[in-house]
Amino acid sequence: MTDLVVRAEGLRKRFGKTQALDGVDLAMRRGTVLGVLGPNGAGKTTAVRVLATLLRPDAGTAEVAGIDVLRQPQRVRRRIGLTGQYASVDEDLTGTQNLVLIGQLLDLTTKDAKRRAAELLDWFDLSEAAGRPAKTYSGGMRRRLDLAASLVGHPEVIFLDEPTTGLDPAKREDMWGVVRTQVTQGASVLLTTQYLDEADALADEIVVINQGRVIAHDTPDGLKRRVGGLTLRVRPTDPARVPDAMRVLDKVAAPGTAASADGSAGSRPGAVSVPVIGDIALDDAVPALRQAGIEVTELGLHLPSLDEVFHALTETKTMEEALS
Amino acid sequence: MTTLDIPVSAIGPDIDRPRGGALAALVRHSVALARRSLIKTVRTPEALIDVTLQPVIFLLLFTYLFGGAIAGGDRHAYLQFLLPGMLAQSLAMGGIALGQNLNADIQKGVFDRFRSLPVARSAPLVGAVAADVVRYLTVCVVMLAFGTVMGFRVETGFLPAVAAVALSIGFGLCFCWISVWVGMLVRTPGAVQGVMFLLVFPLSFGSNVFVATNTLPGWLQAFVHVNPITPLVGSIRGLLVGGPVAGHLVVTLAWMAGLLVVFVPLALRAYARRA
Ligand SMILES: Nc1ncnc2c1ncn2[C@@H]1O[C@H](COP(=O)(O)OP(=O)(O)OP(=O)(O)O)[C@@H](O)[C@H]1O
Ligand SMILES: [Mg+2]
Repeated sequence: MTDLVVRAEGLRKRFGKTQALDGVDLAMRRGTVLGVLGPNGAGKTTAVRVLATLLRPDAGTAEVAGIDVLRQPQRVRRRIGLTGQYASVDEDLTGTQNLVLIGQLLDLTTKDAKRRAAELLDWFDLSEAAGRPAKTYSGGMRRRLDLAASLVGHPEVIFLDEPTTGLDPAKREDMWGVVRTQVTQGASVLLTTQYLDEADALADEIVVINQGRVIAHDTPDGLKRRVGGLTLRVRPTDPARVPDAMRVLDKVAAPGTAASADGSAGSRPGAVSVPVIGDIALDDAVPALRQAGIEVTELGLHLPSLDEVFHALTETKTMEEALS
Repeated sequence: MTTLDIPVSAIGPDIDRPRGGALAALVRHSVALARRSLIKTVRTPEALIDVTLQPVIFLLLFTYLFGGAIAGGDRHAYLQFLLPGMLAQSLAMGGIALGQNLNADIQKGVFDRFRSLPVARSAPLVGAVAADVVRYLTVCVVMLAFGTVMGFRVETGFLPAVAAVALSIGFGLCFCWISVWVGMLVRTPGAVQGVMFLLVFPLSFGSNVFVATNTLPGWLQAFVHVNPITPLVGSIRGLLVGGPVAGHLVVTLAWMAGLLVVFVPLALRAYARRA
């Protein structure tokens, strides 16, 4: 038996004229992070709501922790934690009261619920604000309280819908740390995001959704290979040295690729881009550029943007369709 | 976020069964959720205006502005007649806020959290209704206290007065399920208020609250007689200032049971459907 902790097949959901889910299949292995990536309106939230027992699909089946979501939602609810896209903390309750209430609804004794609340508030740096109504919290604090709320019951499967939207970069990395810790403690995490770097940093596998359909399911590396992967971009201080820079960077290019001068696809001319395999390419590129005496004003690694991912995926898709 | 070890505790061994069985869980969850509503009430006392200031203003308005004209100059007699009726009206109005609050909770996503937890399906609604007891008790106390200052006197006794308050609260708890149901159906809290006013105004004015039924035209008398507010007012009047009670009480209790039988299932179904 494969150890799939989330399995969905053929999920369909329609809202009026919008086909929010148009036959979505999902699979997440136990103890891993599945990143669900997609632009606005792709159907990410809808899919999460179906899996978290909040929404009945029009068609399709879903299992979470081996339990049928449609037939036994109550048993599923004992095993999941959900942080929705929009903060659902109760503004009039304090941080502690919010978490204790959830503990009580999870059938902890009041004593255990209080202990768990204190533990989580401490962990999320909210101890000082624990006694204040949540309406006095900043956006980031609410988001963290919301995340803490989904962890009260030590869930086996955690659903996080855009957990880092609205967080500053430091808190964002903290959140990544939280996700990783949950996984080391045995949980499985399904998270949606609009950021490729976030999916890349956290996810063992990535599902890309667009217009209610899964257009790719792959490891981050596999996905990057398909869409071009990392790019090293270098901008010589002297634009005349662009050809020299291209020659140097050809040496660090990923197999079968070559450096090219920017200037087409919307980017500012005067720079050189080269597909590379990983950040070790920097170790070779920097000394080589120095040796050739090329001064640079910009040097950096770039992941393909979400735009580029979609572009690449939808393009290969139409090509496949044309060929078949 | 420095210490990363979370002690693993505390969920019972058989995680598929609520502690103590389904009924105990319903009670426990409802109590926890009622507490939540009460905390919100305490934090926003201005939300109590509709059960404090508003009935008092109505009482003053009707007694001093219209009372003389309606009762031919005897304001005290009119106050004795009016106050029990206005108590009933205020209870019907007092339930409107509940539907609005629940509607707002759903809009804000607070209920999504509850729905993703293994709580009894009806607990969020039952808990919210239970917490409304406090508001209905407030209406009764405020109106009786302020009425006394204005010259109202209980003419029966302590126990009948307590019974009147208990009946009022009980009726409020049954009647508010209409508001809960509407709160599950319409889109915004404002719409809940709009719809409920459309219902509560004809019920409270097309009744024996303000004038004796026999002064009304025949078709309106017919409406007054089938209006659930009418037997409630009759019961409260009997219990506070004397007069027949038993007949009114039976009809009132029947209405209360009827309201529960019809609107609790409707509200629960609408809640389950509302995603
Ligand atoms: N309750 C609803 N009623 C009507 N339409 C809805 C509803 N929920 C979602 N939709 C529509 O379904 C589509 C998918 O929405 P969904 O919220 O799942 O997207 P998403 O991928 O989460 O987007 P975002 O990144 O903006 O959060 C959208 O076109 C949205 O307008
Ligand atoms: Mg979304």
